[in-house]
Amino acid sequence: MSHSGTRLLRGSGKSSVGGVPTHALGASRIVERNLRLARNSWVVFLSGVVEPVIYLFAIDVGLGRLVGDVVGPDGTPVSYAAFAAPALLAASAMNGAVYESTFNIFFKLRYGKLYDAMLATPLTPSDVALGEIGWSQLRGLAYACAFMVVMGVMGLIASPWAVLAIPAAILMGFAFGAVGMAVVTFMRSWVDLDMVNLALLPLFLFSATFYPLDVYPRALQLLTQLSPLYHGVALIRGLTLGAVGWGLLGHVAFLAVMAVLGGVVAARRLARRLLP
Amino acid sequence: MGSEVRPVSAWSPADAGDERESLVVARGLTKRFDGFTAVNGIAFDVSAGEVFGFLGPNGAGKTSTMRMVAAVSPVTEGSLRVLDRDPASDGAGIRAQLGVVPQENNLDEELSVADNLYVYGRYFGMRRSQVRDRIPDLLEFAQLTDRGDDKVTVLSGGMKRRLVIARALINTPSMVLLDEPTTGLDPQARHLVWDRLRELTRQGVTLLLTTHYMDEAEQLCDRLVVMSDGGIVAEGSPRQLIAEYAGREVLEVRFLPGDRDAVLTGLDGVGSRQEVLSDRAIIYGEDAEQLTTAVSRRGVEAASVLVRRASLEDVFLRLTGRGLIE
Amino acid sequence: MLRVLEGELVSYRRTWRGSVISTFLNPVLFLSAMGLGLGSLVDRGDQLGPVPYLAFYASGLLAAQAMQTGVGDAAYPVMAGIKWLKTYHAALATPLTIRDLVFGHATFILLRVTLASVAFAIIASLFGAFGLGAGLAAVPVALLCGLAYALPVMAYTGMLERDTALAGLFRFGLVPMFLLSGTFFPIDQLPAVLQALARAVPLWHAIELVRAITLAVPTTWPWWAHVGFLVACGLVGGFLATWSFRRRLIA
Repeated sequence: MSHSGTRLLRGSGKSSVGGVPTHALGASRIVERNLRLARNSWVVFLSGVVEPVIYLFAIDVGLGRLVGDVVGPDGTPVSYAAFAAPALLAASAMNGAVYESTFNIFFKLRYGKLYDAMLATPLTPSDVALGEIGWSQLRGLAYACAFMVVMGVMGLIASPWAVLAIPAAILMGFAFGAVGMAVVTFMRSWVDLDMVNLALLPLFLFSATFYPLDVYPRALQLLTQLSPLYHGVALIRGLTLGAVGWGLLGHVAFLAVMAVLGGVVAARRLARRLLP
Repeated sequence: MGSEVRPVSAWSPADAGDERESLVVARGLTKRFDGFTAVNGIAFDVSAGEVFGFLGPNGAGKTSTMRMVAAVSPVTEGSLRVLDRDPASDGAGIRAQLGVVPQENNLDEELSVADNLYVYGRYFGMRRSQVRDRIPDLLEFAQLTDRGDDKVTVLSGGMKRRLVIARALINTPSMVLLDEPTTGLDPQARHLVWDRLRELTRQGVTLLLTTHYMDEAEQLCDRLVVMSDGGIVAEGSPRQLIAEYAGREVLEVRFLPGDRDAVLTGLDGVGSRQEVLSDRAIIYGEDAEQLTTAVSRRGVEAASVLVRRASLEDVFLRLTGRGLIE
Repeated sequence: MLRVLEGELVSYRRTWRGSVISTFLNPVLFLSAMGLGLGSLVDRGDQLGPVPYLAFYASGLLAAQAMQTGVGDAAYPVMAGIKWLKTYHAALATPLTIRDLVFGHATFILLRVTLASVAFAIIASLFGAFGLGAGLAAVPVALLCGLAYALPVMAYTGMLERDTALAGLFRFGLVPMFLLSGTFFPIDQLPAVLQALARAVPLWHAIELVRAITLAVPTTWPWWAHVGFLVACGLVGGFLATWSFRRRLIA
């Protein structure tokens, strides 16, 4: 057949400009899309810095003065602010990952039609899933870094081990993000999403976030140890307070298992949802 | 493979008498969702450079077929090759060379017009500079040159549609799939979209489109299949289909409800074929003048008489016994 | 106005379950975690004098909850009425007026705050934070607080094109007010500048009034000044909301 070489089209050839990207590359395109969007919303980044300041300030100046010192993880007394700050970092890692993977993804799956557009390109469902998770991790990383800087400035970091709190927050992000994404694939309406809030609040309040575990009655202490947030809090608190022991690896293992299980279920369910 | 081909019409893929390569080859193509059969064993070929249409009402199976060709919906049964690849094993490779315009605009509403093109190009793995170079041309094609920085949410329906079409071209595709390209647009916006699509065909691109508009199929398609209830009921060029299933010219005789029987008796035997609807009789023939003369000679008490050329609407009416747009 | 309220109640019938659960569950969770749990640590010291932290915190939370309900119901639902679902446009195509719309929605919010506050008073009294009588006596303050937030926020929402600004309102408005206006600790622990800021938000005034009723402690300003402040916020907010809705819906 004959066709003229034109600006827009090559006509009916069998080659095209783009190759088929690998998974990692494909996923990075999704991250790039989200970055491009975030470029315009500096408010999001500002809030990432302002929020920790407000929270830590309220803890330090407010509750800290009411409470005084509390018993730290290794039995020595620590200031209340130094005790609660790492828990807030853990809680925000959880919240960020869960909201990103539930509300955001739910909206995109149901109303956005955005994923349809992505899947009409060489991208595959796992590219999309990986990309979304990667993006939410990137945000989590930025938030965790800002949080740590604020903690440092306020004198709430007691040990160089605290540097590891950032990867710990990322691990939490993977664990909660994967489970959130697995859960969202089962959700049918906004009313179901209320359940997410309903689940997060007790986790937030009862994971030894605001006071040591021994304040609870014995039975509740055991229950608390089932809370995934508890493991994140204990891990990050141990690191920022320098109370480091082999026990921390147990918390790491708990979160890692959660990430893997959640990820497997999410990938299976997403593929089914996106490619009927 | 041959045994699966359903004899759908006088025209069949085998005697196209054309050496052009086939970009899509479907045989016995079937799609079922939980027991519901959306596409039921259809066969068709799409040749390079042609505009191929699926014509049919909502629910006929057009979109399901398109989604299988676009390698985003697995084939339930039968064989399908797209761009000489198997969608089951090489979906990404196929999608890399397709442009897709879905039924509903799925633009990224949070991004600007130009960023929609940019980000989409990156999904194809194109280099940044490569995408950036293409954007001005595509904006010009979509007649959106000075709207690049606008949010897509403020665009009119026609502009959004043109942007989706331009977006589908970002990867210089070998074939563009358009699912109901002009549904929901006002007449002016529609003509603009048609104009853009003709521009593409002039440049030699292969288009595969679905529509439930007769005039659209007539305007754009070189060849089309008429779908109904998941199957193909006819296949050919618009002219062929009209000639075969409708005749060249048409007389529409409208009547008042009370006159129905009298009018129908009066019209008996006129023309090569008749369809009777609730308010009018449609009479097919080769020469409208002859038909008119015959009707007036019989003294039929019609409310009005209209002469027109036969259209695909008539083809569809003939093939399925019902109107196309219900 | 009553017809607007009726419409809201009809649609509320479909979504009430989630909000009822949070109306009862949230107070239980917060009071046990913060009031009892954290309270056990706070009460080791004597920063609050003879007042148990549970009672102090529960009183603050009664007002803070009214604020949250007021803001929440005045933000996204109004955005939906104006922009997403356009129910307000539909309502205005009937003989209803802008004023009906504003005060109908405000009445709906008032009902929600009443429900939530009465539930809270009952739950807090079961926790032993304060007597049921005192808790119920503080409910009118919660209503004032709810309106002092809801009406200005309705005005604000009416002026917005996009909902992202609402997220900002929650993060930079609601959260700091919740944390720093006396719910969790007395504001005299704050630096002078922030104390002045805390005194400028309705929540602090409402908390002062609630604590005066539930803890029998004196208010910082005369009681009528606190009441006056809340009423003024509601009145100005109501005026602005009417203006903002009119500007938005009747172009």
